Amino acid sequence: MYSIEVSNLRKHFPNQNRDVLAGVSFALHARECAALLGPSGCGKTTLLRLLMGLEQPSAGNIHLDPAAAAHVSYVFQEPRLIPWRTSLENVCLPLELRGGRGTATRQEAIDLLARLGLAERTQHFPRELSGGMQMRVALARALITRPKIVLLDEPFAALDERTRFRLQDLLLDLKEQLQLQYLFVTHSIAEAVYLGDRVLLLNRHGQIDADERIEFERRDQALKLSPEFNARVRDFSERFVALESAA
Amino acid sequence: MKARLQRQLPAWLFLLALLAIWQVSVGQGWVPSFLLPSPREIVDSGIEVWPELWSAALSTFTSICWGLGLSIAIGIALAVAFFAVPLLRRAVLPFCLFFQTVPIISIAPLLVIWFGFGAPTVKASAFIVSLFPILANTLTGLEETDPLLRELFRLYRPTRWQTILKLQIPSAIPFILTGLRIAVGLATVGAIVGEFIAGGGLGSLIDSARTQQRVDLVFCGVLASSLLALLLVLVIDICSRVLLRRRPYARGL
Repeated sequence: MYSIEVSNLRKHFPNQNRDVLAGVSFALHARECAALLGPSGCGKTTLLRLLMGLEQPSAGNIHLDPAAAAHVSYVFQEPRLIPWRTSLENVCLPLELRGGRGTATRQEAIDLLARLGLAERTQHFPRELSGGMQMRVALARALITRPKIVLLDEPFAALDERTRFRLQDLLLDLKEQLQLQYLFVTHSIAEAVYLGDRVLLLNRHGQIDADERIEFERRDQALKLSPEFNARVRDFSERFVALESAA
Repeated sequence: MKARLQRQLPAWLFLLALLAIWQVSVGQGWVPSFLLPSPREIVDSGIEVWPELWSAALSTFTSICWGLGLSIAIGIALAVAFFAVPLLRRAVLPFCLFFQTVPIISIAPLLVIWFGFGAPTVKASAFIVSLFPILANTLTGLEETDPLLRELFRLYRPTRWQTILKLQIPSAIPFILTGLRIAVGLATVGAIVGEFIAGGGLGSLIDSARTQQRVDLVFCGVLASSLLALLLVLVIDICSRVLLRRRPYARGL
């Protein structure tokens, strides 16, 4: 049983002379996390937006497991916090819009922020937080609805390396603790190999060029120093360069 | 505090210099006092007619507040209705331009016919001139909501009213406050003009002082009406600070 099944997905924008996605197909098992990798403009973000329903496909099908379909969250490339709301109020927003606003909800949001290391920052406004903290608030906002699938669009791209590594590990922890499945877009080959159970490599024609399973016994920052990790990164780098030069 | 005093010092010095020149010019007879009474004479007259001046100012202030209050309530409600129902907007908004373009002095007699002499006409006059800036600014604010935040809201599939209440009205607040600031000055003009025609308040006091050639009293009325407008601007500034304390980037109203 697949939790996400995409078949022959096409997307054409009226103002462009080619399909952004030209027949993308893949399927992910429940709790199988995937990285979408590829050169700029290959349709990674479009694919994610189609999965979220922010865009409509021109052709093809997206099938989400009915048990998970109503529990999909999305994290944008930038934190996209509401500037006049505190961290806590930002995290509570999805629940407010779904009608929940009790003290239980509030306590749940406080606990979630604490879990993401923001216990002291619940009453701070976005402008008072660093980029990494804002991203964690955005992550908390995505998690407060207890999603089964989280879609992340280059969530760590704008962060410094240390913060990025911390948040990568946090995402791996949350995957285990909350039984999450995530699908994320990244430009970083190392990040794709580190966080993905599968890496889907898209080419410039909007097609999947490679779809590989990544298996490591244990994932932590030390893994990044191991020969097997670096071999996978090198392998993808070579494919990536080949894709770029083919274009 | 010290920095603030330093910033304001030139304005206070300029005011003092102006008053001194004015006082000396009139005192020395360079300017006839029946045309321009000295600041001292104006203050003395103000003290002399203080009870009348205070009660006139209070009456004008009440009318301005009524007019402005109605403008805020009706202006914001209309803007939200126009925003939510585009057909209503296309049908009615062009006619709302009437409120922006009408010279209030030309319809004040009509208001007297409808509402009679006294406060109701004055309130209506203050309302008519101050409605449009609030309506127009609120509408602009509702339309200028950040498209990225609108997309964020789409993720949670809110109702139309949830989006309006939780996103579009809060993001329109700086625009509403700008409109309010413009409206305060206009409501003061509307009230004084209304009082010229319908009687009562500072407008009536200024008008009767004019007929008696009491330029000193005219000055008292003018000063009082301008102080009223300043007081209201101050109140709006305080409201702005409270409402915009969460938006440092929009504070420079």
